[in-house]
Amino acid sequence: METHNKMIELMHRHLDGDLKKEEEVILRTHLEECVSCQHHFHDLKRTISLLKSVETIEAPINFTENVMAKLGAEKKHFKYKRWFKTHPLITAAAIFFIFMLSGAFVQFEGQSELVVSKQENLIVKGDTVIVPEGVTVEGDLLVKNGNLIIDGTVDGNVTIVNGELIDDDPLEGEGLMASVGEINGELNTVNKMFEWLWFQAKSLFKGVFSF
Amino acid sequence: MEQLIKEKIKQVKKGDQAAYSDIVGFYQNKIYQHCYRMLGNAHEAEDMAQEAFIRAYVNIDSFDDRRKFSTWLYRIATNLSIDRIRKRKPDYFLDAEVKGTDGLDMYSQISTEDRSPVEEVENLELKRYIHNEISQLPPKYRSIIILRYLEEFSLQEISDILDIPLGTVKTRIHRGREALRKRLRHV
Repeated sequence: METHNKMIELMHRHLDGDLKKEEEVILRTHLEECVSCQHHFHDLKRTISLLKSVETIEAPINFTENVMAKLGAEKKHFKYKRWFKTHPLITAAAIFFIFMLSGAFVQFEGQSELVVSKQENLIVKGDTVIVPEGVTVEGDLLVKNGNLIIDGTVDGNVTIVNGELIDDDPLEGEGLMASVGEINGELNTVNKMFEWLWFQAKSLFKGVFSF
Repeated sequence: MEQLIKEKIKQVKKGDQAAYSDIVGFYQNKIYQHCYRMLGNAHEAEDMAQEAFIRAYVNIDSFDDRRKFSTWLYRIATNLSIDRIRKRKPDYFLDAEVKGTDGLDMYSQISTEDRSPVEEVENLELKRYIHNEISQLPPKYRSIIILRYLEEFSLQEISDILDIPLGTVKTRIHRGREALRKRLRHV
């Protein structure tokens, strides 16, 4: 039985063209004296010729047209997919840009509470920030979602987002008009989405270039 | 031919969709036939062959130009067919047993030489029987037997197509031949 299995192994290697010359001789001598192996070998060869006799099949008519039609239908989808694949840098930049914009949008829309930059001597009344008379505020002043009254002095730029600068308190009368505070820098008032974005972009670029 | 196909693929990669229809036209019979032999029926064969060409088109950028396109295409078609066989519902096998009806689709497409009507019928019976016996093999043996003896690829080419080691191809082809020998012994 063991020789029989070994011979079958040789038969398969013969069929794959992997047999060395001496192995070929061993197989042939064995086949001459073993009828069962002869049958096995014959059956294997016959199986192969039966397999090879199976004829060719052709694709249905319009096969190519159908494939091309399917490609056409999903063409746009493929186009985008392939475009993104071939331009990874632009895709990454676009995604980054979208995140940045939506981030700025959320910042603009999301916060409705009053935000004031950290400085001493500021008085907060409701949604109004007051720089009291005779007080000098050092550095840039930022007020978000609130109004600003300057009676004193600001030593720097002033930015007001979603609010306005009130330089005239009607209840106090004419007398105080003269003493309206001083801004020793630029005054920016940002109220609209576009301006807010512009302001964001400007400060981003300033930030980048200051490096 | 190989050179012409390479040129066409370059054009397709640049975005020329029309060039792809020449590629499909050139390989359609081979790939359809391969799927048919793997799956055993015309309907699934057409679905999978179409899908193979579509996948190849969508992923054309990942195709390495230094390799043979046909090898890559056969690999996609074989994997899709094997996936389809695995996903078949059990009741599908009951349908598949009744080969007589949809078998006609296929045998009507076979090119025939002049023979007497009786020979013709016997010949058809035999070929149908052989096809049926092949489709009874487990997919991993089936794909190798089909590629080797029906489509006449070398063992090395089969190893490339299926992306498995040459030794594994040989082991499987031995087992596949033995299984078919037992099945076809009485023919």
